[in-house]
Amino acid sequence: MKRIFVLLVAAFLMSSAGAIDTDKRFDDPKLQARYEQLISEVRCLQCQNQSIKDSNVSLAADLRREIARMIEEGKSDEDIADFLVVRYGEFALYRPRTTGKTLVLWIAPFLLVLLGVFALARVVKHRISLPIGDDSETKG
Amino acid sequence: MIPEIGQFALILALSLAIFQTVFPLVGAHRNNAAMMDVGRTAATGQFVFVAIAFVCLTYAFLTDDFSVLYVANHSQLALPTLYKVSAVWGAHEGSLLLWIFLLAAWTLAVARFSSGLPEAFAARVIGVLGFLSIGFLLFALLTSNPFARLVPAAVDGGDLNPLLQDPGLAIHPPLLYVGYVGFSVAFAFAIAAMISGDLDQRWAKWTRPWTTVAWLFLTLGIALGSWWAYYELGWGGWWFWDAVENASFMPWLIGTALIHSLAVTEKRGLFKSWTLLLAITAFSLSLLGTFLVRSGIIVSVHAFATDPTRGFFILTFLAVVVVGALVLYAWRAPSLDSDAGFGLLSRETFLLLNNVLLVVATALVLIGTLAPLVIEMASGGKISIGPPWFNIAFLVPTIPLVVLLGLGMHTAWRSQDKSAWLRTIRLPAITALVLGVVIPLLIYGRISILLFVGCAAAVWIVVLALILPIRSLFREKGTAGITRSALGMSVAHLGMGLFVIGVTVVSAFGVESDRALRPGETIEVAGYEFEMRELRNVQGPNFSAIEAEIEIRRDGDFVATLRPQKRQYLVQKNWMTEASIRAGLDKDLFVALGDQLGSNGGWSVRIQYKPLIRFIWLGALVMALGGLIAITDRRYRSKVRKTAAVDGAAAEATA
Amino acid sequence: MNRYLWPLIAVVALLVFLVMGLRHGDPRALPSPFIGKPAPQFELPTLKNPDVTIGTQHMAGNYAIVNVWATWCVMCRQEHGFLLDLAASGAIPIYGINWRDSRPEAIRWLQELGDPYLASAYDADGRVGIDWGVYGAPETFLVDPDGTVVYKHLGPLDPVIWQREFVSRMNTGGAD
Repeated sequence: MKRIFVLLVAAFLMSSAGAIDTDKRFDDPKLQARYEQLISEVRCLQCQNQSIKDSNVSLAADLRREIARMIEEGKSDEDIADFLVVRYGEFALYRPRTTGKTLVLWIAPFLLVLLGVFALARVVKHRISLPIGDDSETKG
Repeated sequence: MIPEIGQFALILALSLAIFQTVFPLVGAHRNNAAMMDVGRTAATGQFVFVAIAFVCLTYAFLTDDFSVLYVANHSQLALPTLYKVSAVWGAHEGSLLLWIFLLAAWTLAVARFSSGLPEAFAARVIGVLGFLSIGFLLFALLTSNPFARLVPAAVDGGDLNPLLQDPGLAIHPPLLYVGYVGFSVAFAFAIAAMISGDLDQRWAKWTRPWTTVAWLFLTLGIALGSWWAYYELGWGGWWFWDAVENASFMPWLIGTALIHSLAVTEKRGLFKSWTLLLAITAFSLSLLGTFLVRSGIIVSVHAFATDPTRGFFILTFLAVVVVGALVLYAWRAPSLDSDAGFGLLSRETFLLLNNVLLVVATALVLIGTLAPLVIEMASGGKISIGPPWFNIAFLVPTIPLVVLLGLGMHTAWRSQDKSAWLRTIRLPAITALVLGVVIPLLIYGRISILLFVGCAAAVWIVVLALILPIRSLFREKGTAGITRSALGMSVAHLGMGLFVIGVTVVSAFGVESDRALRPGETIEVAGYEFEMRELRNVQGPNFSAIEAEIEIRRDGDFVATLRPQKRQYLVQKNWMTEASIRAGLDKDLFVALGDQLGSNGGWSVRIQYKPLIRFIWLGALVMALGGLIAITDRRYRSKVRKTAAVDGAAAEATA
Repeated sequence: MNRYLWPLIAVVALLVFLVMGLRHGDPRALPSPFIGKPAPQFELPTLKNPDVTIGTQHMAGNYAIVNVWATWCVMCRQEHGFLLDLAASGAIPIYGINWRDSRPEAIRWLQELGDPYLASAYDADGRVGIDWGVYGAPETFLVDPDGTVVYKHLGPLDPVIWQREFVSRMNTGGAD
């Protein structure tokens, strides 16, 4: 369920993504887009902190090739993520998968905003009830 | 000899820092003017000796003194002179010395420009800054001595990391650190207020300009870092949510909240304890950032060399400083609450909203940075949190923030009349909604929800920001014009609007293309033709490179010639791609060489079309300009003049 | 309780966590997900003779070392002397995976420096490397007689590491 939600948010954001023409491996634009999305989210394990899309080291090139192959074979994004995780662990994925541990990560933004608004509402409610005081200062 | 002088200077600086800490703090407690005066003198002395040390290290670099380990590790005979200087702060020990130097400089500035402050308060501020100096000087002398010797001396050095051999780097750390370190002043002001127990609107007024200056430098430093990463790292991105980037961004977010909170405290005397907490947090985040980047605890593209021993030292210092500050806070804060109120539609409410959203954003960045570590320690599994999470998470508080941004400027303190307010914002709202649809459609030919929100928000912010200055321009003769403070506020918000439009447009309409190219071939990207005319070898001062000449045309008309290079630096031997960019306010055309493909002479080339990307950094520049304008406001200057007159009278009286 | 103590409490918790983080070790070291699991199956042509294949099935029945190496890898040269000694002592069979290398250069390398491997598999395009989760060279895997991966070491081997990490695991007869 969370996964769908994340995908929706991502889709909402990606709906405005520009035409990226990286490393044209597929003629089908949908497959190409999937490919580019995936490689931007896989960590280059030989690098300090880059995706395999942005790195040119041998492992990055190899992994790009493997991912392209898997897309061609008709594997799903889930399958491809599993493939990488089996071999390199969750560390290989920049987008943390929504397991129990990482669920918190995906809810956190909304939770925190809600918390903040709640705290804000309490403060404002309190202040509204207090005397406003005289106008002893000008604009700032 | 010179390095030993430098080291000795640091030791002297440390002793002076001790004087600078103990005497003023004790003196303020006992109301002893002589003791308090020691603070200012010691601060000047500390600055002088730290400056000497800094000059000694620079001298060692400029004279290629490879008997100094730090120089041997990070310089080279063939290194261009500019980079010999910038190499001084290019790695851990040297950048730490830069920290110490800038802390001493800020302290000197406080000592010099605090004649308008009560003596005891100023003494405490200088004392606290001295304590911070002690910590950093000890850190340098005990664990990270930049003057450590290499025996026998090396014949030639290990070269500065080629990534850092760039004019942008020469200025980025100093700019950034001025801001980073500058939050120590707000911190010291907070501690001083908590020690004495006096925190009022005057305190907020004193603290504001110091905070704003630090903030504006941090804005510039971060923007410069982003720009530098864009053209230097070769992949065309401008922000990667890397741990080191986050380490500088978090203080900025809290610093922004602090500036706005100080406005409330100065104007209404409200939220004093909250402002205190923000002041403590901003600097704590600076310290935390220093820790994260130098301790080896986090994986990052540009973390300094990892060393847990150093990490422990910083962590201990961080603990002492922050825990001490928060203990003071828990003690003093309860007595600071005030009883003033305000209406639902008021500037106070908007500034509170600003604070809440900025704090949430900061918390999210912190979580994203530390969560991999938490999860790894809790369950053993390693995960990565990168742009896919950050980009989504960060938008959750920031979209509301950009929509609400600018409204506070047009809302009165205490209580705002609703219909007047609606009248003011009606035109900006309509303009924003219309242009939010028109700009993407008309200029770029596409629209989406996010595009609409981004463009509309940017227009909204820009129009709202321009109202006050324009009204002031067309005011009736004889009426008061806009204050510098208000003008600064408008300009800063305008900068934010420019930033938002830049980010929105480049994210939505940017085009990236990785293609194979051989000399003589042409490919088309985003309506431009890129032709590789030739490949040739070139020689640089300390590198050799393969350079491609790429000619760009549009509809057959010549646009530009770009020359991206693939460099191999002579000493470190690593290959680096040097992108070539055709910059413009309306768009950038960006070309970088990837790898050689096979033996048929082809290369993989990354070509990018980046519309409005310069607005990102222009926006930041304008924001910083706003800050600069704001601090030149009359009320900060008149105080100094008034005090000078008082001092003059006092001097006459005692003469 | 004084509600203004909350920031302090939060910070102390954060500090404790950071101390633990410092003692945790290298953030870049990636533990192998295969530890305790069966070694990934492969069958590749050998380096010296492309008509002969080598694979995981050949390793069954004994403890074995699988060493990932290449001629372009500087640290592989560093550990090569130790591998030769290890092979000479007969303590354990050593298999190599020549990872993303040039066949003629690799053969020449072994001729010049000596060949500690019972056989080296030639992984030209790195697919087997990916299957084993390799991300740098040298990497050395310890596989038990049942074909389970017991341990993976990143970086060059030396006698100290051999004793501390490999021999200890073989004696206790299984994965940690």
